[in-house]
Amino acid sequence: MAEILEVNGPILTVRLPEAVIGEQVRVGELGLTGEVIGRDGHDATVQVYEPTDGLRPGEPVRSLGHPLSVELGPGLLGQIFDGVQRPLHAMEALSGDRIERGLAAEPLGGGRRWAFTPRAGLELGAALRGGEVLGTVPENATIEHRILVPPDVAGRLVDFAPAGEYTVEETIARVEDAGGHVHKLRLAHRWPVRVPRPYARRDPATEPLLTGQRILDTFFPVVKGGKAAIPGPFGAGKTVLQHQIARWSNARIVIYVGCGERGNELVDVLESMPRLTDPHTGRPLMERTLLVANTSNMPVVAREASIYVGITIAEYFRDQGLDVVMVADSTSRWAEALREVSGRLRQMPVEEGYPAYLASHLAAFYERAGRVQTLGGESGSIPLIGAVSPPGGDFSEPVTSHTKEIIQAFWALSKSLADARHYPAVDWTESFSGYVPTAARWWHEQVNPAWAAKRAEALALLAQAEELARIVNLVGMEALSAAQRWTLEAAALVREGVLQQSALDEVDSFCSPRKQYLLLDLMLEVYHEGLDLLGSGAPAQQLLKLPVVSRARRWKSLYRSDELERLAACRDEIRAAFDALRKEYARPAEAPR
Amino acid sequence: MREKEFRTASSARGGLLFMRNVPGCALGDRVVVRDHRGRKRNGLVIRTSNEVVLVEVFEGTDDLDLERTWARFLEEPYALPLSRELLGRVFDGVGKPRDGRPPLVAGLKRPVNGAPVNPSARAYPREFIQTGVSAIDGMNSLVRGQKLPVFSGSGLPHNPLAAQIVRQAKLPGEEGSFAVVFGAMGVSHADARFFQEDFESSGVLGEVVMFVNLADDPPIERLILPRTALTAAEYLAFDLDMHVLVVLTDMTNYAEALREVATAKGDVPSRKGYPGYLYSDLAEIYERAGRIKERRGSITMIPVVTMPSDDITHPVPDLTGYITEGQIVLARELAARHVYPPVAVLPSLSRLMKDGIGRNYTRDDHPHVANQLFASYAQALEVRNLAAIIGAEELSESDRRYLAFADAFESRFVNQGENEDRSIFDTLAIAWDVLSVLPPEVLTRVTEEELARHHRFGAPRREAAA
Repeated sequence: MAEILEVNGPILTVRLPEAVIGEQVRVGELGLTGEVIGRDGHDATVQVYEPTDGLRPGEPVRSLGHPLSVELGPGLLGQIFDGVQRPLHAMEALSGDRIERGLAAEPLGGGRRWAFTPRAGLELGAALRGGEVLGTVPENATIEHRILVPPDVAGRLVDFAPAGEYTVEETIARVEDAGGHVHKLRLAHRWPVRVPRPYARRDPATEPLLTGQRILDTFFPVVKGGKAAIPGPFGAGKTVLQHQIARWSNARIVIYVGCGERGNELVDVLESMPRLTDPHTGRPLMERTLLVANTSNMPVVAREASIYVGITIAEYFRDQGLDVVMVADSTSRWAEALREVSGRLRQMPVEEGYPAYLASHLAAFYERAGRVQTLGGESGSIPLIGAVSPPGGDFSEPVTSHTKEIIQAFWALSKSLADARHYPAVDWTESFSGYVPTAARWWHEQVNPAWAAKRAEALALLAQAEELARIVNLVGMEALSAAQRWTLEAAALVREGVLQQSALDEVDSFCSPRKQYLLLDLMLEVYHEGLDLLGSGAPAQQLLKLPVVSRARRWKSLYRSDELERLAACRDEIRAAFDALRKEYARPAEAPR
Repeated sequence: MREKEFRTASSARGGLLFMRNVPGCALGDRVVVRDHRGRKRNGLVIRTSNEVVLVEVFEGTDDLDLERTWARFLEEPYALPLSRELLGRVFDGVGKPRDGRPPLVAGLKRPVNGAPVNPSARAYPREFIQTGVSAIDGMNSLVRGQKLPVFSGSGLPHNPLAAQIVRQAKLPGEEGSFAVVFGAMGVSHADARFFQEDFESSGVLGEVVMFVNLADDPPIERLILPRTALTAAEYLAFDLDMHVLVVLTDMTNYAEALREVATAKGDVPSRKGYPGYLYSDLAEIYERAGRIKERRGSITMIPVVTMPSDDITHPVPDLTGYITEGQIVLARELAARHVYPPVAVLPSLSRLMKDGIGRNYTRDDHPHVANQLFASYAQALEVRNLAAIIGAEELSESDRRYLAFADAFESRFVNQGENEDRSIFDTLAIAWDVLSVLPPEVLTRVTEEELARHHRFGAPRREAAA
């Protein structure tokens, strides 16, 4: 007799003799969904994705015979799912403002018919491999959804539906495998979330993921297939930066996982995405976006699952040969969910109460990012960007330090920059990116061969200014030479004219690579012109007073990414201003006469 | 209904009562515990199996005689009776009257652990609330449906500030129905009286529901108090269409009670002995603020969090900051210089401000002015640090202006009277006044048109834009 023995928060002990670890179960009269996470003789430990209030010992338990899986097919995009892929819009229709328990809703909304076009040349009798394309469905104006043979199915095509409209439930093909077993294929298939989807081989990344954010693209780039982390204390702007990446990056699909974060922020994404247009395609951003939401007040066990649900959906789109950026906000909440469950299971804690398997779980999760050749022979990638919320902003805590060992781009957010409203508050001394050489090749070919040199110069200038600022703090500005004062000013110009970028400014929110390069180049031009003038004897005071030095800080928000000729014309403004000053100081000895 | 009394208590410690052989008892059910003197205590089932049931007793387990303790399992979740008569009443954490008046009679009862709001049913908060406090309205604006905590320290004037917000908060140009739900956890008698008298003298008492647990009341009751209070708030907001302001003070006392019970249960501690689920637990409370589509009411929440030893990285303020939509930070250093309210604007933040201010809400230049104040004040504080090292005489002329700006900003913009209710336009006018201490060319966060219109630096000696 399968029944509940003990209820301890979201963790149950049940009598379920034949349970398989990882299997889905339904518990109690309400039929709450859960997962078997351990076995001990006839008893099994179950974690429940829904609030367990009201459950009592003796209530029935039923195993479903399959692990936690997601339904993959047309109808995913534009949706908002909870941590176990229940569609929240549909749930709202079922239970109103609040999520009632024991509800089940079809993730892909069952009834809708999709126009299916079979792949040209695919004949009955053809030998199909897993991951091969069966045909296409136009999901929306942006994305043509490729219908794939599930990766674990291969064989001879024995039945194939003609072009027409089908629901995700209907069979569109039959495949007979080597053992003579016939598999029915639909527009959608299921895949267990904790098993990475297979691919043919891993390829090195070749292209940067462009986010339209200068501090990222120009200074600490990530690549398509790369792994990046955004650690920062609260209020440093993690979420805004994640939103910006979700909005503006040049991936074809964006999966945004809100894991244990604020409900209102997800609403912000939900409300703003349909109104914004993709700078790369000109279509509404929502058409390429999908949200997985487990807000901080939703059950903690589903929080642990939400990350896997997100990455599995990302892999599915990758397998269609697309670049899919996955943004997870925040991986710390996921780690805390692990900690909570492990604590209730009385597992021995290691650091700050986290279980010993934290590091390996984190590493395995981030490894699902990457650029691959798919089973269908195409190239697809998943760049994975995780926010980390270190307690007290202390980067030495377990989740941040383990993450730091795994990822290759580290965008450290700084509280002091955020306090001064320098956004994005990415600290240029603590951040790093291992993808600079790869990105440099792209910038060299696509934008300007001088990119790497300018980037290095700007970083050196910032570092030098930091040194100088320390001196100023000890002995005051008077101790600096004219050239050093100008260096400080130029670094401020780079900070305010290039690094600072307002997510709220309509013009500046997205910055194309060419505009990024041009802005940086212009700021450095001001710096060089000034150095040159100082060489000919002009006092630093005069340089600092030049209106162009203050105006240059506004250029980023005066010219759009498609108005680069006008931005380029600012070079004349710089030259004119400095030339005028140069004339005054060119003949200092003669001037008084 | 199967109501049974059991006398099978096997142990009691730290507010937890272990009962043996209570078969089929549901998680979260209400329990009434009767001690040997016949006094009743309220409890909640927090772990259950046929062999052992663990009951959290809100009045504590002190002087329980295990052999003479009866527990009645009520087969229902902990629920609060709800009606319009809530307003003007004072209750304890479990919803019993504290004002000497009879208990509420109501047909409607709701479990105090509300089901989570579906994120897709939420409406994004974007209506500016004018609190009349410049440091908040001007730079960290509050919007309807936001949760904005006050991070304070012991001895700082968070209570007068919270009371001032309650008195003054309004939507400019709207007189709607509003209510205040006030939840006090572990506050002193003096503080409780301060709030009560303040509500009375400002005439809002009829719109206030108070849930009070004093410092000498059982700490475990603090665990249920915010849930009871928010159940009342949800009823007022989403059933009666009221705009509800919830003040919860002090969340640090709540978290300490949680730690006490977690320790008694033997939960694995994470930071500073707080249980690993402190984040989820706080989120269950804070996330009940907000707006819901097609409902007219709203819940705006102002929790007060005192930072032990003024440490903002302490787990309670830290985790709170990760859940709430910003924070108002009070600084001892400003209070020492008699600045009221002593709001440290740089570490303060309102995440929802961006969509609630500017055109259609306050005034076009508001976002830029706020941004400029932040940037200039950050710079000014750097200069002040420098002046402390090398002396003010050594500063350049422009740095001396920044010093003057910092002083003007603190003494005129941040500083105001406890009863001074500034409109947002007053606040912006003062903001431009103090910005006018600085020359226009350093004000790059405001537009040139805004400078031309509002900035009055010395004589007009602005260069024409190139």
